[in-house]
Amino acid sequence: MAKVKGAITVNTERCKGCNLCVVACPTGTLALQPNEVNDRGYHFAYMANPDKCTGCCSCAWVCPDACIEVYRVKVEA
Amino acid sequence: MEEVRLMKGNEAIAHAAIRYGFDGYFGYPITPQSEVLETLEELMPWETTGMTVLQAESEVAAINMVYGGAASGKAVMTSSSSPGVSLKQEGISYIAAASLPALILNVMRGGPGLGTIQPSQADYFQATKGGGHGDYHLIVLAPSTVQEMVDFVGLGMDLAFKYTNPSMILADGIVGQMMEKVVLPEQRPRRTEEEIRKQCPWAADGRKGGRKRNVITSLELESSKMEVINEALQARYREIEKNETRWEEIGVEDADYLIVAFGTVARICAKAQELAAEKGIKVGIVRPITLWPFPTEAINKAAQGKKGILCVELNAGQMIEDVRLAVHDSLPVEHFGRMGGIIPSPEEVLVALENKIINK
Amino acid sequence: MEINDIICPENKVYAAPELLEQVHMHYCPGCSHGVIHKLVAEVIAEMGLTEKTIGVSPVGCAVFAYNYIDVDWVEAAHGRAPAVATAISRLWPENVLFTYQGDGDMSAIGTAESIHAANRGENIVMIFVNNAIYGMTGGQMAPTTLVGQKTATTPYGRRIDLNGHPLEITNLMAILDGTCYVTRQAVHTPAAVRKTKAALKKAFENAVAKKGTSVVEVVATCNSGWKLSPEKANEWMVEHMFEKYPLGDLKNE
Repeated sequence: MAKVKGAITVNTERCKGCNLCVVACPTGTLALQPNEVNDRGYHFAYMANPDKCTGCCSCAWVCPDACIEVYRVKVEA
Repeated sequence: MEEVRLMKGNEAIAHAAIRYGFDGYFGYPITPQSEVLETLEELMPWETTGMTVLQAESEVAAINMVYGGAASGKAVMTSSSSPGVSLKQEGISYIAAASLPALILNVMRGGPGLGTIQPSQADYFQATKGGGHGDYHLIVLAPSTVQEMVDFVGLGMDLAFKYTNPSMILADGIVGQMMEKVVLPEQRPRRTEEEIRKQCPWAADGRKGGRKRNVITSLELESSKMEVINEALQARYREIEKNETRWEEIGVEDADYLIVAFGTVARICAKAQELAAEKGIKVGIVRPITLWPFPTEAINKAAQGKKGILCVELNAGQMIEDVRLAVHDSLPVEHFGRMGGIIPSPEEVLVALENKIINK
Repeated sequence: MEINDIICPENKVYAAPELLEQVHMHYCPGCSHGVIHKLVAEVIAEMGLTEKTIGVSPVGCAVFAYNYIDVDWVEAAHGRAPAVATAISRLWPENVLFTYQGDGDMSAIGTAESIHAANRGENIVMIFVNNAIYGMTGGQMAPTTLVGQKTATTPYGRRIDLNGHPLEITNLMAILDGTCYVTRQAVHTPAAVRKTKAALKKAFENAVAKKGTSVVEVVATCNSGWKLSPEKANEWMVEHMFEKYPLGDLKNE
């Protein structure tokens, strides 16, 4: 059956590193930057394992600062 | 069309609110001014001019309804009496700080505390020096007749919109409860929504036509900006002082003594003036109509060459401070007034003038 | 399939709400307010109410709500939002009014205004964010603070004998004839967020249809007030808050 691939973008300046997207992600795609921080000193979220993302939007739904935009595309198996 | 009627001051306020095209009245019962709300409910203006009338759950809610209505550009008012007006002070400070036009009527009763329901003028300080927090002023109009109760509803609201600043009618229980002949003005049509948007482009009435959003708030955490806001308010107050000070003078020119009194008390003093004349005592009367802005210069001028001033107020002496400031101790200024709701007779006023000023 | 091939406009399935201002929100990291703001912004835009909606913001953490959602706003004194909204709603019947209130605003100083606006059946949406603490002023007790919950003013935990019982204000609202829809939601999981959005949509529909007052309580977290990480705060909320403030519709006519 058609496989689905997803990806997200993070507004890194707006992210406060609250970790709620990481917790909400069902496939363990996300993590907080271990070293990099934004202008406000927050370790912002990023796709640590981008290939695991299915574009399900869980992260975007729970994000308190609307930092995450989600993309999804069908891929022939 | 105009109508001549015999009615109580409180009832006249209600008729005037409808005829001057108010959009909303939000009130709460309290003696001695409940007739304002009762009359509005009887007249059902929502079926004629479309005016909204609502009895709120408290004076606090009522003033915040006025704040909301004013924030959306509508012509709104409330009325209450002394204790109720105390409850409204926070809301009034917000309305003043947010530069919103609104009309607040206080039909004063004897205080402090629960006090009495008889008349008083003991809320002068609260009305003119600002009863709520922060530096702000209301344009304060003091009616002495039922006709002025009507006229000041129109004047109060026109000034409120002219300066985007709240106005107050500071009446006392006498003129609220007293019946007198009154000429009710012609019906002034309520503004259409387009007229409101044109007159009040700042109002929070919905981003029609996709205009930029309007936010009505008095919050400003940045001190430098808050000072600028305050300076703008103060500049407006200077402007109002320059243009809107009102008072009345009766027989001041050739008088030896002056009486300064506002509201219905000025009418009692007019009778005392006659009694004095019969005894060869020439007394002039200055009646401040705007208690803020106070007619300081007028009183200073009227005091020139006079031997003394008696301030007659239904309180322990409040306006007298502004009179003293106006004349800088250039002549004796004494207070006479009854409290607890007792109204002095003209004879008492004359005796006070003789004891405190003339024979001093 | 490279990531950059996936990330292109036609593949976008979730975007930041257009009515949510692209500014930094002052809320603490992980605060529920931000999620609720996002949902309010989405619902207003999706229902085409941008030009008709007027928000009444409270005094509390959401005191700057008017900087974040691009509709007209009126800032109310603490607790007075329902009175402010009542007047505007009656004076501008074609506009849609919502109040955004915290637990202090709704169930402490604003109790009378909240109950009476609802009892009059004002056609407004009352959004009530219940995080059982006064966040803006530094974490003091709220009427909804749980028994035993530590706050700046109940440092040893709330005691019934000293501080009374947690107030289930939303239950009171449900018994008022003026309310048509009263619900308690949360925004701690994607599913809960979706339900809250549906609840908000229903509430705004009720206001448009003039069916009376809708109350949407969002049981929320306060990470700094509760002194927990956002993740731990969500867990604490599920374990403790939901016990006292169970989710679900209390009324839906």
